[in-house]
Amino acid sequence: MSNKIKAAIIGPGNIGTDLLMKAQRSVVIEPVWMVGVDPESPGLARAAEMGLKTTADGVDGMLPTMREDGVQICFDATSAYVHAENSRKVNEQGAVMIDLTPAAIGPFCVPPVNLVDAVAAKAMNVNMVTCGGQATIPLVAAVSRVQEVTYGEIVATVSSKSAGPGTRKNIDEFTRTTASGIEKVGGAHTGKAIIIINPAEPPLIMRDTVHCLTHDDPDQDAITQSVHDMIAEVQKYVPGYTLKNGPVFDGKRVSIYMEVEGLGDFLPKYAGNLDIMTAAGLRTAEMYAEEILAGNFNPELA
Amino acid sequence: MDAEPKPTWMYSRRVLVHALQHRGLARSQTKRVDAMNLQGKKITVHDMCLRDGMHPKQHQITVEQMVTISKAMDDAGVPLIEVTHGDGLGGTSVNYGFPAASDEEYLSAVCKEMKNAKISALLLPGIGTVDHLKMAVDCGISTIRVATHCTEADVSEQHITMATSIKGLDTVGFLMMAHMIEPEELVVQLKLMEDYGANCVYITDSAGYMLPDDVTARIALARAELKPETELGFHGHHNLAMGVANSVAAVAAGANRIDGSMAGLGAGAGNTPLEVFIAVCDRMGIETGVDTFKAMDIAEDLIVPMMDHMVRVDRDALTLGYAGVYSSFLLFAKRSAEKYNLSSRDILVELGRRRTVGGQEDMIEDLALDMAKERGTI
Repeated sequence: MSNKIKAAIIGPGNIGTDLLMKAQRSVVIEPVWMVGVDPESPGLARAAEMGLKTTADGVDGMLPTMREDGVQICFDATSAYVHAENSRKVNEQGAVMIDLTPAAIGPFCVPPVNLVDAVAAKAMNVNMVTCGGQATIPLVAAVSRVQEVTYGEIVATVSSKSAGPGTRKNIDEFTRTTASGIEKVGGAHTGKAIIIINPAEPPLIMRDTVHCLTHDDPDQDAITQSVHDMIAEVQKYVPGYTLKNGPVFDGKRVSIYMEVEGLGDFLPKYAGNLDIMTAAGLRTAEMYAEEILAGNFNPELA
Repeated sequence: MDAEPKPTWMYSRRVLVHALQHRGLARSQTKRVDAMNLQGKKITVHDMCLRDGMHPKQHQITVEQMVTISKAMDDAGVPLIEVTHGDGLGGTSVNYGFPAASDEEYLSAVCKEMKNAKISALLLPGIGTVDHLKMAVDCGISTIRVATHCTEADVSEQHITMATSIKGLDTVGFLMMAHMIEPEELVVQLKLMEDYGANCVYITDSAGYMLPDDVTARIALARAELKPETELGFHGHHNLAMGVANSVAAVAAGANRIDGSMAGLGAGAGNTPLEVFIAVCDRMGIETGVDTFKAMDIAEDLIVPMMDHMVRVDRDALTLGYAGVYSSFLLFAKRSAEKYNLSSRDILVELGRRRTVGGQEDMIEDLALDMAKERGTI
């Protein structure tokens, strides 16, 4: 096990549990802690069964021993409200924080676009934007790396069953944070995000539409190639990331129609929106772990 | 149409009476419906032509037209007028269309010209945010309507809660595509919006799919279950030519706010034609406070001449009502059908079969491409 970096997952809910299942297959990450706040949580019980240390006392329950347990990476799958405090505490113990909440106190990270930059900058907190952001920002970037994108807009349609209470109570966080990510990471001058929740049964697989308006007439061949290349990059960690139609070119509009099917680890396959978050979070952790293992980065000293 | 376009449910008289009996209301409610004696009942009509009417105009109504029309409606005694992008505040997008002017420009120009009429704005969480809401309040709106799909009322909590913190703001919860669920389920969702603080809630027939009994069942149950002080509204579309009949049914079952639009300018076959509804109310003794002849003149002299196409029950609009499809999909389906050599009716029927909801305009070109590939039309 010496070639794996130890990690803690904060938040034993659906996201945290799905992340745990993915992390157990990782060749560079070893999940050792699951942190919750409810002793009755089935997620904590499940993690304990899998041999992880658990606490129902929040991050404070892990802090006294996390250093001796060797935890160097933490995932926060709780809520934006408690994230900043969680992050400060684990950073003090020398662990990098990967933020799956919409708190966005650290730089945005969309793995195939800018993960390398985040790791190179040795950021101690990185934010995974939003599910819609993870599914669409790579494609905005795929267009903007070919030519100037004046406006990028995404429409994420998710099944009602995969939109949790956190998303519902604060849906504006989704639209704001995603729009900001489209600009800062996607490279569009102006970003716009729309989310639609559809209750159809059986639940629909996450759909995403990306519209870009280019400054000059779009270079159709170059953009098409770039989009296909980018999709292949995302498929490395989300195999169900599928181009349904497009790119469609209509004047200066470039439209790309996607479907995101999850792996079905803990969450059902239709919940590609949740799967792409956990997969992107893990991908980010693995890249940090590789850097730590190679001796290029020591979070203790950052 | 052998591949069932799924009428999600059909409301029979039997089920209706059962629902009402269940609440101990059968006698009084059915009597009221049958007698239709609505003499002296006061209702508030709410005009939609400067918001829902943005759909058939592809959001190109000018600020000047908005001002002219709203002033004429103010003069005619229309108490409440909605002014927003067709898809609500923040609707400006590739997905729904870029408007001729911003919501801020429309609202600030119209609000300051009103003598008696109040102005409302629509907001769909997931498209617009509380920042848009605050902007609209600063422009002078009196009413905010927060709209969600009929099963997703909980996404409106943030916006309704915020709206109720603004003193004097009339706060309305608006449940779209209300034909898709049973009255009992609908009431649960309406009550969520009531709990968040909405002083009025709406049952919205976005697809123009409902028949009068469907409206009666929903409004009557909602009226019986909501707090007595909570106002109840109905928003119709005329895709099955039921706009006026459904609105009268709504009033008879206890609704006190009715949406319509002058000359029906709205998505699909349009909204309930307001001048017609007002004339009918006059005949029935329902008090709207609107001058019937002035309403007719606005429809005929101002609205009809500005239509890009005749807003009527054409084949595609009829399909919306028949298959239960969101009315603003109409022009998107027509355009995709033309571009990919398909029948717009086929596209609309398939959108209904897939149980698409409001806002999924992006699905239309995607679906059309799938159909075109399958059929070899591209």
